[in-house]
Amino acid sequence: MFGLESMSGSAQAVATVGLVLAEAIALYAVYGVLSSTVGSAVIDAIGGA
Amino acid sequence: MAIFGMSLVMVAVFIGFGLLIGTLFGFFGMGGSFLVTPALLVMGYPSTVAVGSGLAFVFGTSVIGALRHRDHGQVDYKLAVIMTVAMTLGIEGGKSVVFFLEATGMADLLINVAYVGLLAAVGLLTLRDAWSDAETTEASNDLADRVQSIHIPPMVTLRGGVRVSATIIFGIGLVIGVLSGFLGVGGGFLLMPAMMYGLGVPAAIAVGTDILQITISGAFGAFTYARSGSVAVPVVAFLLIGSALGARIGAGATNLVDEDEIKGYFAAMLLAGSVAVASNKIGAVYGIDFLNTVSTVLIFGAALLVSSAVVLAAICRLRNDETGMWCRLTTS
Repeated sequence: MFGLESMSGSAQAVATVGLVLAEAIALYAVYGVLSSTVGSAVIDAIGGA
Repeated sequence: MAIFGMSLVMVAVFIGFGLLIGTLFGFFGMGGSFLVTPALLVMGYPSTVAVGSGLAFVFGTSVIGALRHRDHGQVDYKLAVIMTVAMTLGIEGGKSVVFFLEATGMADLLINVAYVGLLAAVGLLTLRDAWSDAETTEASNDLADRVQSIHIPPMVTLRGGVRVSATIIFGIGLVIGVLSGFLGVGGGFLLMPAMMYGLGVPAAIAVGTDILQITISGAFGAFTYARSGSVAVPVVAFLLIGSALGARIGAGATNLVDEDEIKGYFAAMLLAGSVAVASNKIGAVYGIDFLNTVSTVLIFGAALLVSSAVVLAAICRLRNDETGMWCRLTTS
């Protein structure tokens, strides 16, 4: 999966940790943009405003 | 239809489970690591993959948490570095104790008793804290004042104006490290109370620093397991999609809900965790499958209950509803 199996042990480990780190940063950025654009509308809708 | 070799149902299960754990992590700053590994074990993943994937997931979630706390200036790097060095040494010490006990054949029994005892002790302390807030806060301030009055050089000034001996911080980190290595857990549930009640570090900075420390140890742990291919990358990827959103929901809820209102539920979750581990071990020793089921239901039921309580309490605050049945239940 993700082409990691063909790598040697340490390279595979670095790639795995790097992949998780990249996904985490990307999700932080994407959800950050989403919450600043639609966050207050969602909160208003839940609050019944 | 399959995504990265996984059915759509499993993708939804992992994203949903990540959402649940993320909400707890975002609200309390801890509570992730002891849920993922048992979940993967129950789903039939080999134990090395369950532990390796659990560590990789904890690493990813804590990166997101650490970024958020860094943005709010809630990370003390001095404290994080001292604690990380001390805990790394302590973990090695704890592992040596485990190997020694394994040689005597007593490792399993002692580790399980210590794990159940610690979870129960922290759960009971949190419960007492929730019930008698004023007295406990005073008592914990007393302890922090006494620790801060001990002047063993070198002294360091931490964020929030706390001045404390670096030697004492190192000693506390060492003890927590030994316990982490001995029990095979991240140590977050011990580190945060130690920083708050023992050193007098403000709660927000204790949470931020704790999460940075978890990020570093999680990265190291994930690296170790990934070397032997014991990380299920698709599982971690889907769990993270849910937990990143949950972490935002949990963090948002902290602005609306007083943590003390939910503390009772969190204490119940820790206590349920200790009963679940005890039940699982007794079930394994005596071959009683029913006890393993009880253990699984307790862990997931408690996590679902507490994260639902957090979300419901936040919705009640948004709606200014304090009289509805659900609202009264979540804040009682």
